[in-house]
Amino acid sequence: MMQIEPDASVCKLPGERAGETRLVVENLSTFYGEAQALNGVSLEVRTHEVVAILGSNGAGKTTLLKTITGLLAPRAGTVFFDAEKINGIPAHIIIRKGIASVPEGRELFGTMTVWDNLLMGTYSLSETERKKVLKSRLDVIFGLFPILNKRLKQKAETMSGGEQQMLAVGRALMANPRLLVLDEPSLGLSPVLVAEMMRALKRICIEMEVSLLLVEQNARAALKIADYVYVLERGEVVLSGTCVNVISSPTIQAAYLGG
Amino acid sequence: MEGLQTDNLLLDVRGLSKHFGGIKAVEDVTFGIIKGSIISMIGPNGAGKSTFINVVSGLYTPDTGKVQFEGEDVAGLPAHAMASKRLSRTFQLEELFSSLTVLENVMVGCHTCSSSGVLSCGFSVPFARKEEKRLQAEAMECLREVGLEERAYDTISQLPLGERKLVGIARALAMKPKLLMLDEPAGGLAAHEVERLVQLIYALREQGLTIFIVEHNMPFVMSLSERIVVLDEGKKIAEGIPDQVRSNERVIKAYLGEEVA
Repeated sequence: MMQIEPDASVCKLPGERAGETRLVVENLSTFYGEAQALNGVSLEVRTHEVVAILGSNGAGKTTLLKTITGLLAPRAGTVFFDAEKINGIPAHIIIRKGIASVPEGRELFGTMTVWDNLLMGTYSLSETERKKVLKSRLDVIFGLFPILNKRLKQKAETMSGGEQQMLAVGRALMANPRLLVLDEPSLGLSPVLVAEMMRALKRICIEMEVSLLLVEQNARAALKIADYVYVLERGEVVLSGTCVNVISSPTIQAAYLGG
Repeated sequence: MEGLQTDNLLLDVRGLSKHFGGIKAVEDVTFGIIKGSIISMIGPNGAGKSTFINVVSGLYTPDTGKVQFEGEDVAGLPAHAMASKRLSRTFQLEELFSSLTVLENVMVGCHTCSSSGVLSCGFSVPFARKEEKRLQAEAMECLREVGLEERAYDTISQLPLGERKLVGIARALAMKPKLLMLDEPAGGLAAHEVERLVQLIYALREQGLTIFIVEHNMPFVMSLSERIVVLDEGKKIAEGIPDQVRSNERVIKAYLGEEVA
């Protein structure tokens, strides 16, 4: 088994990034009681960018997303979203500021219909914004995931795993975010659907102008659409770089792409 | 079933169907699992794979069809009866007791093989106390097997998803199964963790277990399985060794996609 040593000085591969800063995370440390899950994590997501976070189980990936979205409070460090400091702000306000999330395991309202789940996504919006989203965004979402339009009246829990994942992404987009945070969007999807989901995510980034921050165990799939990559090990960023550079790194090949 | 010796079969499924209203989730599925083999089931989301496991493990009753486990008709038996016949399974999103410790969760698996009743445990009579100790040791052994002994006293809610999957496997092992059915065991694992899982599964097979896997991770399935069954819209559309399945056009079209193949 390959493991990247975190005490080796943080390795930043060369490569330019386009766009302007959207999310900036500085020296973030998060604890569960005494257990430190994040240790001084710094990263950046820019406009028009898909950023992927790779790492083993227990590396702190989910913790990082939860800290950014306000579900966990960091003990140290800062999170800036469009130049505004957002750590310390409760999760529901952060959604309002433009960060929507697709949590691990989808967390849909199982006994509610597809339509009601989508509507729940607009809960954070003002009445005028909601009307705007229903008018303009809905068609784009149905364009990305036509199955949702066909199944509007079906209960979420009776849909297949792939359809549920599409609904979870659709619901998050209904909040009209500028940053979409996704925890393992490919989990439980068949190879064809993984490819479809990744294509849809790339389209979301380009066509809807939403920045994406994505945690994935399916590194191969993530690296197909990512612009920039961070590798997390034991709560620290051990490697970062543009996708092209990261793919060619031998350590990544061995540990995350299966040799 | 050509070429398969039926007396070698640990599980023999014939014409199995399960419908939900008008939806034919599993439709006339027939195949066998040879003792000591590693067999996988793949198929698109919604193909009926989890329904299949749920029927065989007794969570659902089949509408029609036969299921034989070690030559005995077991179709329609409830889940706890299937478990005591030594057929155990894991779940896609692990159904664990999140406020209990890792060790306690695995001990729940041991209890299916325990002989103390509710009363003797409740009053903590010496026999029950002694047995509790034994179960603890057994559960620890299962955790060691999956490489989680250091996590024994953490609560489930502290564990990342990938480790929860391993707890699920340890709990299934605690039931001392003959047939172990794994529902997407590699989901949520990084590539090097998947490699460890492959080693674990080989080790279990060495110990005489028969292993049935439902999984989407193709490198994992292709490297591990001796046979693969492919389900689409509830029906079996292909069965064979990995190379046959990989090059089967129906499978490529329904499941793998051009890119992967």
